[in-house]
Amino acid sequence: MNTVAPFVLLSAILFTIGVIGVLLRRNAIMIFMSIELMLNSANLAFVAFSNQWGKLDGQLIVFFVMAVAATEVAVGLALIVTIFHTKKSTDVDDLSQMKG
Amino acid sequence: MQLLVILPILFPLVGLLINAFFGKHMSEGLIGGLASSMVGLSFLVSAWLLFTSGGGPGIVDLSIPWIKVGTLDVPFGFLIDQLSLTMMLIVTGVGGLIHIYSIGYMHGDPRFQRFFVYMNLFIASMLVLVMADSFLLMFVGWELVGLCSYLLIGFWFSNIHNAEAGRKAFVVNRIGDVGFILGILLIFVTFGTLTFPDVFAKVQAMNAVNAPVVVAITLLLFVGATGKSAQIPLFVWLPDAMAGPTPVSALIHAATMVTAGIYMMTRAHVLYVAAPDTQTVVALVGALTAFLAGSVALTQFDIKKVLAYSTISQLGFMVAAAGMGAYVSSVFHLATHAFFKALLFLAAGSVIHGMEHLSKGEEESERSGAPGPHKAPAPAHSGEHTVDPQDMRNMGGLRTRMPLTFVVYCIGGLALAGMPPFAGFWSKDEIVSAALARNPLVFGLLAISAIFTAFYIGRQLVMVFFGKPRSEEAAHAVESGSAMTVPLVFLAVFATIAGILNLPGLDSLSHWLVPVVGQAAEALPFNIGVATLFTVLALVMLYGAWALYRSAYVKAGDADPLTRLGGLYTFLLRAWFVDWFFQNVIVKLFYAGSTFLARVLDIGGIDGTVNGVGIMVRDVSASLRKVQTGLVRSYGLMMLLGVVLVVAYFVLSASMR
Repeated sequence: MNTVAPFVLLSAILFTIGVIGVLLRRNAIMIFMSIELMLNSANLAFVAFSNQWGKLDGQLIVFFVMAVAATEVAVGLALIVTIFHTKKSTDVDDLSQMKG
Repeated sequence: MQLLVILPILFPLVGLLINAFFGKHMSEGLIGGLASSMVGLSFLVSAWLLFTSGGGPGIVDLSIPWIKVGTLDVPFGFLIDQLSLTMMLIVTGVGGLIHIYSIGYMHGDPRFQRFFVYMNLFIASMLVLVMADSFLLMFVGWELVGLCSYLLIGFWFSNIHNAEAGRKAFVVNRIGDVGFILGILLIFVTFGTLTFPDVFAKVQAMNAVNAPVVVAITLLLFVGATGKSAQIPLFVWLPDAMAGPTPVSALIHAATMVTAGIYMMTRAHVLYVAAPDTQTVVALVGALTAFLAGSVALTQFDIKKVLAYSTISQLGFMVAAAGMGAYVSSVFHLATHAFFKALLFLAAGSVIHGMEHLSKGEEESERSGAPGPHKAPAPAHSGEHTVDPQDMRNMGGLRTRMPLTFVVYCIGGLALAGMPPFAGFWSKDEIVSAALARNPLVFGLLAISAIFTAFYIGRQLVMVFFGKPRSEEAAHAVESGSAMTVPLVFLAVFATIAGILNLPGLDSLSHWLVPVVGQAAEALPFNIGVATLFTVLALVMLYGAWALYRSAYVKAGDADPLTRLGGLYTFLLRAWFVDWFFQNVIVKLFYAGSTFLARVLDIGGIDGTVNGVGIMVRDVSASLRKVQTGLVRSYGLMMLLGVVLVVAYFVLSASMR
């Protein structure tokens, strides 16, 4: 058994949970958290592979992803706050003005 | 020396610029004087070139690089040789006299300034045409004079008939110009150059007779000439062009611009000599035009219309001469015709001026910003209040009222009829002699036309100047002022003596033009038999006109003696129904074709295609827009599916390898 396999398996499970959360939840905050979950599952996979090959590239990218995630949260939460101000709700299904 | 040759063009340009920008603050005399003196200066420079030239071939050839694209290399060049000098002297000489005359004729016109701007522009354009050293630059002049013609025919545009006449002239000329420019393009495609010396050298190097391409070129160029020089079938614009002021008719539509076609064929004679088939066509078209227009002139009542058809007829003589290779005779007739026809037109203008004297007195008092005194001619004989001052039926007896005009009109008329020793006799005789020697059919047509000529000018003289006045206007006509009569006297002198240009035996013009048109184009020796015959015929016809018309008109409404011809009379009066034919057949067909193209092809075909594409796109997108649900989660699902597909593709293609 490969030492990296459990980590990757865990990462895959976390990613799937994240995807399901994004697709099924209607609360914008929850969708946001699911996205964070997906990002962190990717981080886990990066760290695992980085450890296996003894290279720092993967860990480097993890820091990068963290920085991007932090920025994304800042912007995303601001958006959600604004949406809540106008809509009095965080349900993404209410945001369907762009329906064709 | 080199730059001096553009001075003749520069002077009128300076004149027109000054008049256009500062004319508002200048008096009539200053405007007219400036315009006239600029043309006079052009004449002096031309004369100076004549005397310093020494008569060598291609006296001056000024050439500045102009258009250089690929193999196309057209210089902005002027070629002053014996032929262009002859034309320059005619244009500036006759033009200058007509400018002076116009000062008197246009007096009091609210657009006096504009008139002289246009006239100067015309002189400059005509000089570009005759001085150009390439077909392209010649075409520039060719179009510019067409523009001036349009502007001046429609000069009194507030009358819709005048504006329409200008438009007709413009459109008909465009038809000819299409042929001309196609000819120029064909020259470039064939010879790769457009300058006269190069083209002619290459044609001579071809050394072929009736080469198809040369025949095509010459025929296309001739189409241009039929437009500008009013030949069959494009002559219809010239009679209508009489709507312009009379000095314009004299300068542009008799003396200079309409001779551009003859000048062009003489200039390009190398091409024409290499295509005898075209020559035959040209000669026949010219002779037929002379015959047709001469016969129509017999029946017209408008004093200027008679002269207009006469001009077409005389241009037919020149074209026929050019077609028979008698280029010297053609240019000779061009020169003499410029003098005597300008004289006739200006004298006719003087007659009209005199006829308007009575009504003008009243008009002047009530006029406030109204158009000029010699406004549009009223449509022939329409109302009881207005007497058309151009209708010869309203004239009569002007001999005593306007003695000087009468004398010069007689001189012009005799020159036109071909009476010795007046100028027209010598030049017409040369053309007729050449026709007798070269083409019997052309000779026959020209002979009949010459007989017609004597008759219609005799008829006109009798109707205008003899008998009793047939209207109040004619009874109270007065002689015109000196600004108008002095140029008339000058032109009368030239119309009398211009024959010395090429007197038999002296042949100065023939020798002068040899470097340009070659020895072969020289006039034939004087044919005393032909000369006598035509003099006698002309005398008989003049007498016939006198006998027929002396007492035919007692009052304006009398029937013309020629009405006895019945249907033929109507046929001639309506100018062989050529205009009717154009209006009812060609124009109608054109409208029908245009309507088909607009209604069926454009709306149905082209608009249908464009609209169809639009409708299709709209319908397709209407069904596609359903995809845009506006639900964020469904977008997310699609994104996921997309990612899965992309990943699946990479994984599968990697495992295939």
